[in-house]
Amino acid sequence: MRRFSWFNATALSLGFAFLYIPMIILVVYSFNASKLVTVWAGFSTQWYGELIRNEEFLNAAWVTIKVAVMSSTIATVLGTMAAYVLVRAGRFSGRTLFSGMIYAPLVMPEVITGLSLLLLFIGIGLDRGVLTIVLAHTTFSMCYVSVVVSSRLVSFDQSLEEAALDLGCSAFDAFRLVTLPIIAPAVISGWLLAFTLSLDDLVIASFTTGPSATTLPIKIFSAVRLGVSPEINALSTIMIAIVTVGVITASLITKQAAVRQARDERMAERPA
Amino acid sequence: MSQTVFAPWNDPDEKPLIQFRNVTKRFGDFIAIDNLTQDIYAKEFFALLGPSGCGKTTMMRMLAGFEAPTKGQIFIAGQDMARIPPNKRAVNMMFQSYALFPHLSVWDNIAFGLKREGKDKDAIAARVDEMLRLTRLSKFAKRKPHQISGGQRQRVALARSLAKAPKLLLLDEPLGALDKKLRQDTQFELMDIQEKTGTTFVIVTHDQEEAMTVASRVAVMDEGQIIQVATPAQIYEAPNSVYVADFIGDVNIISGRAKPNGEKVAIHWAEGQPDIIGTTATKFEAGQEIHFAIRPEKVAISTEEPADAANKTKGKVLDIAYLGNISTYHVELPTGHVVKAQTANTRRLSRRVITWEDPVWVSWTDTAGVLLER
Repeated sequence: MRRFSWFNATALSLGFAFLYIPMIILVVYSFNASKLVTVWAGFSTQWYGELIRNEEFLNAAWVTIKVAVMSSTIATVLGTMAAYVLVRAGRFSGRTLFSGMIYAPLVMPEVITGLSLLLLFIGIGLDRGVLTIVLAHTTFSMCYVSVVVSSRLVSFDQSLEEAALDLGCSAFDAFRLVTLPIIAPAVISGWLLAFTLSLDDLVIASFTTGPSATTLPIKIFSAVRLGVSPEINALSTIMIAIVTVGVITASLITKQAAVRQARDERMAERPA
Repeated sequence: MSQTVFAPWNDPDEKPLIQFRNVTKRFGDFIAIDNLTQDIYAKEFFALLGPSGCGKTTMMRMLAGFEAPTKGQIFIAGQDMARIPPNKRAVNMMFQSYALFPHLSVWDNIAFGLKREGKDKDAIAARVDEMLRLTRLSKFAKRKPHQISGGQRQRVALARSLAKAPKLLLLDEPLGALDKKLRQDTQFELMDIQEKTGTTFVIVTHDQEEAMTVASRVAVMDEGQIIQVATPAQIYEAPNSVYVADFIGDVNIISGRAKPNGEKVAIHWAEGQPDIIGTTATKFEAGQEIHFAIRPEKVAISTEEPADAANKTKGKVLDIAYLGNISTYHVELPTGHVVKAQTANTRRLSRRVITWEDPVWVSWTDTAGVLLER
């Protein structure tokens, strides 16, 4: 039997075309020599050069990276802590409620998250800028981190921590010396996920930003309203590249390292 | 030259290392340990034996400090352990899953506890090497846990828990994962190590053979209580209840009514059958319910009527279990009781005289069985 029947091949190419043709067009036109976006006039990298000289875009990029690094780092710390408590603390009243609540922001419409954060910042009189975007991004990416980390913790043999305590570790040392090294791949991929989420967020950022801090997605969005330029295409191509690398790395780390770690752990136990 | 028998539990001047005093542990509504009092002495190899859910693991986890008693007190070396966390106890545990740290080498696994004590590097290295030699693991020091065999992992777990020279070592089903041959070798190795290091061992197991082999005393547990504590020989030969007799090894139990007669007790157990004559130190009232327990190897089986047996009865062979070195005959009596009789196969099988459906006599002496109240 042929594995690739014409039906399978068509279905596959249609699906992938649907997903990737818009992006491919964008990437191709970023190398267009013409200033008109829809007319192909030969290959050129001039728009990338122009991009590097564009101060506004560079500033926005710097703000975006700052926000992404800070918010994903804070989100990783908080998300890991939350996951640890929810998986490890055993039964306490309201545990189910808490673990449900930590997933709620995953399905909450971004507009509502953004709006509620905006109201909060106005309410407590916080000037909107880099800080408020960092806080907002931490809030919504934290739950992604906690989902990734807690799924790793569930399969973690708790007697490893007990063994560490038994051998003289304090609870914090047991976490630092035994738990953290073992769940590190999940924590790193949680960080990468939070980083890419923050990088491409437009809705929440535009609610919580101020005049001093414009992130790249906001910049692109406002620039496009004046008309699509090849420069924007070039910028978008770079962002696609960064996000792709981030996501692929995250999934590779999670898959490979987690599989290996789980195997090591299983092997470190008694044979079945 | 006679050796001194190790029996600190019989010495009233000896101070116990571990004392459980009226300890109760509840998990919600479930009572895991029910008002338990027990002493364990230094250098003992003490086995907690029972079916799953009998509370043996809970007892061990309370000694390690992972669980706190709901009521009552636990003393180790005279100190009340109530407020002492696991990392401050001179107690180490070998986990059922071994719980080796997968990201550390064998060497680092064993050194882990020593490093927490803040000892200097040379002292740690010397102690780890000593442990590696003791458990014959020197060749594997640099390997990770997933690069060694199951038996080796088990020895790493033992070495790691012994490295800090604890007063008390807890072993949670330590040999469960090993195959039978390796398990038997390891049992003797464990006893050897226990003797060499002079550490007190408390072992949790559901394998009665293992408990009998390694332990100085065995505690048979059921539903959160210790039913009997005694040496393996006493547990086997003089169980204090039907539960213990039945849990340890194979046994025939025949219930009836007591008819005391001087030092002997006759047991009326079935109409038309001669009473069973047994010997006991316990006083039985006439007509009291009584259970007669006898091990299969103490029941003789013959084709001819035995001339001078205190107890004998006729039956026919229902089943034969051939185990190589021994054979167990299931003999059905006219009353419907089935009695198991065991004989050593000192002759080759081809010359065996008794076979299925054969009418046979089973017999035993008046001191072969135990008389039990419950």
